[in-house]
Amino acid sequence: MNLTLKIWRQKDRQTRGEFVTCQARDIIPDMSFLEMLDVVNEDLMKAGHEAFAFDSDCREGICGTCSLVINGIPHGGQKGTTACQLHMRHFHDGQTITVEPWRAQAFPVLRDLVVDRSAFDRIIASGGFVSVNTGGAPDGNAIPISKVDADRAMDAAACIGCGACVAACKNASAMLFVAAKISHLGLLPQGQTERYQRVVKMVDTMDHEGFGACSVTGACEAVCPKQISLDFIGQLNRDYLRGSLKP
Amino acid sequence: MNTCSFLFRTSLGKKYIMALTGLGLVVFVVLHLLGNLQFFLGREAINRYGHFLHSTPELLWGSRLGLLALVGLHLWAAIRLSIENRAARPVGYDRNKPMGSTYASRTMLMSGLIIAFFAIYHLLHFTVQVPVVNLRGTDFRLLVDQAQRHDVYQMMVTGFENPAVTVFYLVGVGLLCLHLSHGVSSLFQSLGLRTGKYSPLIKRLGCVISVVLLIGYWSIPLSVLLGLKK
Repeated sequence: MNLTLKIWRQKDRQTRGEFVTCQARDIIPDMSFLEMLDVVNEDLMKAGHEAFAFDSDCREGICGTCSLVINGIPHGGQKGTTACQLHMRHFHDGQTITVEPWRAQAFPVLRDLVVDRSAFDRIIASGGFVSVNTGGAPDGNAIPISKVDADRAMDAAACIGCGACVAACKNASAMLFVAAKISHLGLLPQGQTERYQRVVKMVDTMDHEGFGACSVTGACEAVCPKQISLDFIGQLNRDYLRGSLKP
Repeated sequence: MNTCSFLFRTSLGKKYIMALTGLGLVVFVVLHLLGNLQFFLGREAINRYGHFLHSTPELLWGSRLGLLALVGLHLWAAIRLSIENRAARPVGYDRNKPMGSTYASRTMLMSGLIIAFFAIYHLLHFTVQVPVVNLRGTDFRLLVDQAQRHDVYQMMVTGFENPAVTVFYLVGVGLLCLHLSHGVSSLFQSLGLRTGKYSPLIKRLGCVISVVLLIGYWSIPLSVLLGLKK
């Protein structure tokens, strides 16, 4: 199949970017979206042009590195799918596809389709961890945890930190990301000690990094490749209120 | 004071303000409807109710100032959050396909601002009773029933006999219900009350309340306009 791509081209953080149009020829429907971009880049380089920069790593949907807004939807709109797992069979021959980077004040574009997501790392560093003293390894099942809590914590822990929630939100809010992180730690016994300091610190960092507020539209949940539930934001709102009012 | 400063400082704090003031205003809108529906019980019932509301100035003005404070805080938080939210995405998308979100949820600021203008008109129309805005050439302040009370019933009938005024009212209430279809379920989320098994219930609550309010509020002007109440 042959496709027309309308791709964002930007030299660096300071330079203004623009859309450029290019052709993707002889694309096999079984290719992933990133493999299609590899083909386009190879053709560009053979012709002496510069390739498009885009992020990718595992290419099996578990690392959260790929970050493309495809036809106006982060990761392309297939339920529970990252861009690297999005196959070209979902497009049709001759289609024009718009490819953009994540758009957020807190995620500046570094080059073309690559954005700097270190704001997420700073949110995690401000409290998204459990402090444990070193020593002998504890018995794995010494602390009883209910199956319900373990499952919910695991659902939250499925977050791969790709940032699609921020990209999809009309306010570029990072609430779903922060909610997933505070829930996966806060639902487990090991996370209780720092539970309320954690949520206050992480929300303060989130605000400081320039993410917007939550309007509860549900766009984040809809595009999340790990289908993290909006209910976790309810948990975040509840924990932050308690944390802020704690004497 | 420091204990509560997070309410005004952080994004979540402002959402708590939105939610709590919103909750207060929803309660008012429900009580206001219950009061208004006495219109269908006839002239005596609604006029007595109107007289009752105005009989204790301390309570009347206390409630009015309370409502004004709720509206003021709700508006302040909405505008602050909107400014911050816009700043969070300085460069928009070329193509933006909304996914998972409802029309109501994406247009809360706009519907809210139009409702605010509608509320100002509504106050001038029926509370301050400025004769110019009712488009009927009647001074509502002079309407008195047999018991020498303000004739609220006649004011409602005369007020809604003008199609232009009634249509504006229907649109205003329609937007209010659109606003609440998202706002009611959203306020539970902002206050952290929408978790686990309550989630589906709360999601539906917004729609149910909106539809009930819409039917209730529309029934009065429509019954006048269709000539069912004279």
